[in-house]
Parts: sequence; structure tokens; C-alpha cells
Amino acid sequence: MSAITHLQFLESEAIYILRETAAQFEKPALLFSGGKDSIVMAWLARKAFYPSRLPFKLLHVDTGHNFPEAMTYRDWFVQEIGADLVVGSVQKSIDDGRVQEEKGHNASRNKLQTVTLLDTIEEHQFDACLGGGRRDEEKARAKERFFSHRNEFGQWDPKNQRPELWNIFNGRKHFGEHFRVFPLSNWTEMDIWQYIRQENIPLPSLYFSHKRQIIERHGQLLAVGLNDERGNPIIPLLDEEKPRVKEMVIRFRTVGDASCTGAVESTASTIDDIVAEVAAARQTERGTRADDKRSETAMEDRKKEGYF
Amino acid sequence: MDLLVNPTESSLLRFTTAGSVDDGKSTLIGRLLYDSKSIFEDQLLAVEESSKRRGDAHVNLALLTDGLRAEREQGITIDVAYRYFATPKRKFIIADTPGHIQYTRNMVTGASTADLAIILIDARLGVIEQTMRHTYLASLLRIGHIVLAVNKMDLVNFDQAVYDKIVADYMKFASGLENLPNVTPIPMSALNGDNVVEKSDATPWYTGPSLLQHLETVQVHTETAADAARFPVQWVIRPISDRNDAKLGNLHDYRGFAGRMASGTFRVGDDVLVYPSEMKTKITGIHTFEGPQPEAIPQLSYSITVADEIDTSRGGMIVKSNEPVQTAQEFDAMICWFADKKTLKPRGRFHLRHTTNDVRAVVTEVHYKVNISTLEKSAESKEFALNDIGCIRVRCATPIFFDAYSQNRTTGSFVLVDEQTNNTVAAGMIMKSLGNPDDFEDAGSAI
Ligand SMILES: Nc1nc2c(ncn2[C@@H]2O[C@H](COP(=O)(O)OP(=O)(O)O)[C@@H](O)[C@H]2O)c(=O)[nH]1
Ligand SMILES: [Mg+2]
Repeated sequence: MSAITHLQFLESEAIYILRETAAQFEKPALLFSGGKDSIVMAWLARKAFYPSRLPFKLLHVDTGHNFPEAMTYRDWFVQEIGADLVVGSVQKSIDDGRVQEEKGHNASRNKLQTVTLLDTIEEHQFDACLGGGRRDEEKARAKERFFSHRNEFGQWDPKNQRPELWNIFNGRKHFGEHFRVFPLSNWTEMDIWQYIRQENIPLPSLYFSHKRQIIERHGQLLAVGLNDERGNPIIPLLDEEKPRVKEMVIRFRTVGDASCTGAVESTASTIDDIVAEVAAARQTERGTRADDKRSETAMEDRKKEGYF
Repeated sequence: MDLLVNPTESSLLRFTTAGSVDDGKSTLIGRLLYDSKSIFEDQLLAVEESSKRRGDAHVNLALLTDGLRAEREQGITIDVAYRYFATPKRKFIIADTPGHIQYTRNMVTGASTADLAIILIDARLGVIEQTMRHTYLASLLRIGHIVLAVNKMDLVNFDQAVYDKIVADYMKFASGLENLPNVTPIPMSALNGDNVVEKSDATPWYTGPSLLQHLETVQVHTETAADAARFPVQWVIRPISDRNDAKLGNLHDYRGFAGRMASGTFRVGDDVLVYPSEMKTKITGIHTFEGPQPEAIPQLSYSITVADEIDTSRGGMIVKSNEPVQTAQEFDAMICWFADKKTLKPRGRFHLRHTTNDVRAVVTEVHYKVNISTLEKSAESKEFALNDIGCIRVRCATPIFFDAYSQNRTTGSFVLVDEQTNNTVAAGMIMKSLGNPDDFEDAGSAI
């Protein structure tokens, strides 16, 4: 017998984790951002429970800072795989006074998402949230478990994680605690792209090369001209920046909050082009994200608070 | 090097690294990652910057894996770090574990999913106590393949006599172990790259492969397909719908047992036993999202349908009717104790998690503990503290379905979960069942 391919292994492992999550928890939810990792995760969930429908809902934490293409895609995809969607709104958290908007032209809603996420988890009594995090993404994630315990405040304690051996995952918890579960832990960015190619998974157009108005700020290429639902610019420009806005041929390597997701210059317009580009890339995809650049352990600190 | 993994051919190899502090583990991993271009510029830049800030003399590649704040502050690896790299032939997952004795539990964790262990030796020091400890753990966890990396050969002038003596010393020790893995010794210099990716001119007397050549070609999974078929049930798929599915037809009566094939193979039409009822039936369908499959193979996930209405659910198991599994309430097992604030004593009560089962269990006896530096067994103390390894007897509230760990790593392993904290406090490997006349080694021929 010939050995299975690495993509077959990764797919089967993720399906195993998804089924464990459905079996070990009362009310799980799958965190769906519309980014490629959560798309692949939802795709795998459909496979895991076929011919049944998904035994859990998709949960989108909406920062209000969206690329319109991502929202169109989200609604199409949810319909396509026959899932139910729950939306947690950061704008609503702000309006309700649960959080305060950051000030200044560099403000981001990234940190605010945590409160909205935890509030939504509480409101719906979700006891496990499936996330698309991968260990190759970021050094704090490299230490994260498949089944990652959260205390009753939603916090992660990296020094007190449960060891995971063989295929045994321990989801036991006390009332009020919950888990984050990461079925794609062992996938790399390249695995994700090769799998998308193998499976022919449709993606939001943002991932492919297109022309866009761009401002370069602190080495990041940010999209100009997007507004939030109230009509305010998501990336307000300083006067001195206005003459520097230019049209560039770019694509996005990750799709998240539009205020902190950077683009890369690229002419890659097909999955094959992207696979070749990722293979040649000398920067991690996180290198395009302003939220990780705030400090050396920015991700660990956010995760401890309850971030994705 | 061409970077693109060929997705239709490349298989996966999981390995773990062991060795004492300063043997060159981080240097070796750094070199494999660097030479396979798996380190990115921004990662390297970030590591250079923090090395500078910390006042390190050279770029400290350990900072790539030591990601937690506490690890960076203390300059040590505390937890298992998983690293990834790929060549066109294979994709690799490395479990990088701290080698010190106080991190035995992390080594055991990393080893539990590894197909191969690289054990480093400093050529100037030869085989030391740590080498033996790491080899013992690898054999205990049934890692089938060891690479004995005799490192820092540049510091002993690439002298063949030094290398030969180390290999001979090692084999003498290792042959005393109960289950000796396949050992592949390689002389190398991780710092200069000799015999890491390319064969080195400095060791003309060495005729074997470079480390990477070996990792790319070593066969590790050939045995599992020939093993007894084991399919632990995770979940029952019941669409409860009158929909007509394009591949499966009307779904009204669909009832599929979802799980991952732990070992062996099933084909449609096979006679099977379904636990816990041990009822006989036939496999009528092996399904994936892609449609009906002719067979189920190890490590892949399926939904399996059977001919008769049989009552099983999560925690149950499907096996071939001529390859029954052991069922017992009481058994002996080797364990490694993981908790730092509690000890294990006779009469201790736990939740025992085994495949997809979760049952109450009590430790009825402590047989002995192993001194993992001398491999001596001792029954003097009946109490396990953090990192202790030894043999205990466990009694479960209801029978579980298992094989010996030596036969099957999936159906022979379990963890103990603390009833108060819900923490995973021990890893267990089943040795033999009690209350059953046959030693399970004979189980296959007993029927
Ligand atoms: N001369 C020589 N030095 C080496 C070699 N491999 C590692 N070293 C050095 O040994 C020291 C410890 O290496 P390191 O990789 O940190 O060891 P670890 O503690 O096992 O991770 C460092 O100064 C390395 O540069 C080798 O093959 N030859
Ligand atoms: Mg090290």
C-alpha cells in the first residue's frame, strides 16, 4: 500500500477534530471570517458531517470594517454549504457602550472584536468555538493546542495548557468555561493553498490580483476608499498622506479587518499563480498585518484576553 | 532547492528531536528550516532584532520556536513547539521538545505522535545518561525509527574511530531494550551542514545517506495497513431527512458511523463485529463526501454503514469478525505522570479517555516505578510525582475495547483526567488485560 499524501492526512485530521468537537460539546460554533482559513475549515466541516447538515452554526464577528467583496462572498458561501449564520457586531458593542473605539488615524477595531466575540459566545451559550488558526502563522500560535481551554473570563493561560497525546483530546470543562478548537493547527499557508487548488474551492476576489487605490503607511499597503456602514472612511487619511495615494496592482494574502489588513503587490490572478507566489515568498502572511506589529508578543497578549 | 511540494505524491513524516542542552538541536532544526527555505525574512529579521536586544553573540535560532513570553524571558524552551517544513518529496512536522529531565512529560507528548526520533549526541562527549533516557522514552512510546545524530564531528576532526566507538556504545545499550527501534546513525556537523542536507566530503568513510535524504525516504507507515482493522466510532451521522442525495440516494434511513480508520483496512462486504454489543454484521457502505469508496484505509476518515440495525454510538468500535479486540475492565499499563501539583497514589480516581470513550477509572495498584536514567524498576515508593514513569493497574467502571500499545498505538493508549480540575494528568500505554484468560498477544490466534 502506498502512503497517503500529506493533504489527505491533514484533511482527515481536521475532519477528526471537527467530529470530536461536535461530539464533546453541547453547542459549538464555527468562527467564520470569510478569510481563506475559515473557508477551508467550513469546507471540511461540510465533508465531516456529510450527508447531514453541519451540527453547528457559523459565527461571524463583524468589525464593520469590511471589504464589500468579503461580505458578498460570506453570504453566498453560507448558502452554498447550507449553514446557519450568527453575526456578532462590533458596531453594536460600541453603540451599547461595551467598548470604546480607539482614537487616532491608526485606530483599529481588532482589539474590540474580543469583547464582541466573548459577548456573543455568552449570549448564545456557545461552549466551543472552532477557529482557523494555524501553528505556522505566529509564534504564540505554535504553542496552542487543538483543544484550547478558556476560563470563565474567556482567557487563555499559555503556561497551564493540557498536554495532547496521540489522538486523544480532552474537552472536559466546568460550567461557564469554553474551548477554542483549531482543526487546522498542523496546516501551513502552502497546505491551505494547495488544498484550495486540489478542491477547487471558490474564494473572495480579494485574494486575486486587482487594481486598487493604496496608501503606504509604516511599510504596509492599505486600501483607501472603503467606508464603514455609517459612511465614515475606514482608513482616514492625514493631509500629508493624500498626495501619496496611488493606484497599485495588488492582492491580499489574508482577509481580515480592512483597517489593518495590508496588501501585497502582485499580479497573481489564478490559484496556480498564488501557489507559485507563496512558494517564492520571503515574508510570512502575518508580515502584512499591522495588529501583530504592535509588540513582540502582541498575539500572545491578545490571545490571553480571549482573542481568536 | 525547488520549494514546491508535489501535492499528489508527497507524504507526511512526523519526527521529534531529543538531546541534551547544547548538543545542537536548535542549530540542526534551524538548518533544516533554513535550507528548505521555511524561514521567512520577517521571522529572521524579528529573531535578529530580539537576539541583539538580548545581547546574544549570534542570531539565536531558538527564538524562532521559543514563542511564549516566559520562554523568551528565561531563554528556555518550556513547551512542545511544532515546526513545519517541506521538500518536493515530503512534508515534515517537527515536535521540538526540551531535553531536560524536568521536561520528560513534554518529550512524551511530542513522541506520542512521532514516527521517528532524532537523538543528538555531542561527538566529544559520546553516549551519556540523557542519550539513554531519550532512547528509552522513544522505545516506550514505540517510535519505530531512531536517527542517531552524532553531531559536532568537526570538533573531533571527522574521525571515523570516534564515530564508530559512539555507535558501538549506543548499540550495546540499545540492544538491551525490549523493543528496539530501527537505528540509523549519521555523523554530522549541524553548524557547518555536513551530512545534514548534502553528503559531506569530510566523511568519505561514511557511506549512508544525509539526514535529509534519510528523512525523505524512510518508510514508516507500511505496517499499519497490515494490522488488524480498528475503527473507533466518533459520532453517528443521521441526516433525519427525506432528501435524495445525488451520491447516496434517499437519506431517510441513512445511519453512518463516523470515525477515522486507526489501522488495517475494510472493504464493502466485510464481516465485522460492532462493539460494545459484539454483534456480527456486514459493511454495506464506506462513504466520504466524494461518494462511496471501495475500501477504508489507515488514517483516513469515513462514514460507515452496516447491514443490520445495530446499537452503537460514540465510544463503540468496528473490527473484522476474525480479528476481535480485547475487552476488559481491568488492565496493567505504563504511565507517565504529568501533574505538578498533585501526585498519583493507589485508589486515585479519574476519568479515563481511550479512543473515543470516556469512563470512570480507579488505580487499583502501583506495581513499580522506573528510574529512567538507570532503567531500574523499584516498588519502594507507590506515589508518582511529575514526570515519573511506571506500571500501574487500572480498573474501569465499564469494559473498554483495546489492543496492547505494542500492537496498536491508537487503541492501546489512554489519558487520565483529574476529576476536580479536568486537567490531563497522565498518559497511559496498555500492557496487558486482566480478568481475561488469554494474554492479549495471543488474542488473534485465540479465536
Ligand atoms: N562546532 C560545532 N558547534 C556546533 C555544532 N552544532 C551546534 N553547535 C554549537 O553548539 C552550541 C549549542 O547549540 P544549540 O543548537 O543551541 O544546542 P541545543 O541546546 O541542543 O539547542 C551553539 O553554540 C552552536 O553553535 C556543530 O556541529 N559543530
Ligand atoms: Mg535549543
